[in-house]
Amino acid sequence: MAKRSVPVVNAGSMADIAFLLLIFFLVTTTIETDSGLNRKLPPIEEVIDPPIIKERNIFTVVVNKNNQLLVEEELKDISDVRTLAIEFLDNGGGAGEDSCDYCQGKKNPSSSDNPEKAIVSLKNDRETSYKVYIAVQNELVAAYNELRNREYLRLNPMSGMNFVQANNRYADPRTSSDEKEKLKPQLNIVKSMYPQKLSEAEPNKN
Amino acid sequence: MSKFKKKKGGDLPAISTASLPDIVFMLLFFFMVATVMRDSTLMVNNSLPAADQVQKLDKKDRVMYIYAGKPSSRYMDKYGSEARIQLNDKFAIVEEVGAFVLAERASKRQELQNVLTTALKVDGETKMGLVSDIKQELRKVNALKINYTTRIGEYTQNMD
Repeated sequence: MAKRSVPVVNAGSMADIAFLLLIFFLVTTTIETDSGLNRKLPPIEEVIDPPIIKERNIFTVVVNKNNQLLVEEELKDISDVRTLAIEFLDNGGGAGEDSCDYCQGKKNPSSSDNPEKAIVSLKNDRETSYKVYIAVQNELVAAYNELRNREYLRLNPMSGMNFVQANNRYADPRTSSDEKEKLKPQLNIVKSMYPQKLSEAEPNKN
Repeated sequence: MSKFKKKKGGDLPAISTASLPDIVFMLLFFFMVATVMRDSTLMVNNSLPAADQVQKLDKKDRVMYIYAGKPSSRYMDKYGSEARIQLNDKFAIVEEVGAFVLAERASKRQELQNVLTTALKVDGETKMGLVSDIKQELRKVNALKINYTTRIGEYTQNMD
């Protein structure tokens, strides 16, 4: 009589099943890193004695409820904001100790004294759409970044990076601490040349 | 003669693939453990505005998320179409933001409590009034580092 053996279950397809599961998890889980515009809110305590700021050192941007832009009291298009902001920040119209030796602007006496004094004031309405607000913020940050890039490249021509790239490298957790130590003073110098002074007024209530 | 013939077959023994599933399962478990799934389901429409001057938001453990936007279509009949705030898994009013931030802050490790960033994931169609209210609440609880989470793209996409 022939010997009967229990047939062996073929486990060859087990790997396929496991691969299927693996690929499912690989596809469905996202290892995305969020990105966005970093901002810092002002602390809430009231300033008792606000410093007096000259009118010419303030760059006003107002967005109304119909998403229209008023830059320095004139109706402008969003595409003009970046150039106007750069012109204002880089003006360097001050004299004496207010003068700015690295500015390449027009030195217009009715615009800002120097980048350290220049303040961008942004005001929006409660009905302003968020995406327009982000677009304006983006353009203002772009203006600062463009100027900072220029100065960073001028001061560190051998680095092969501009300010934004250097800053990203500094923020990257994979960068070694030696390199971070080296980048930090370079970044801080440029940051202090063009400090981001962006003031936001409380929105209009209508 | 037949003695030798048996050996002459010469074929290699088949490599056992029985352990292959184990290896793949190991990989599978690694991915299941290492990836973080989104812990809250979105209940609001969340098409983020575009920006190109962005900075990455690494280190997920130092970030807390606040969502805002119009309720998505399945919640629309219950909550209406007015833009709302979502904290964790439920809708919230503006006054709850402060308590949420404090609770989140308390749940983090001591050394991280001062370096937390609040990521605002706000739908592009939202009005600034709501965003300003959130910002005001954040200022009250001294959560000053914020990040307007955006997708990467030209700003012109926001204007239509």
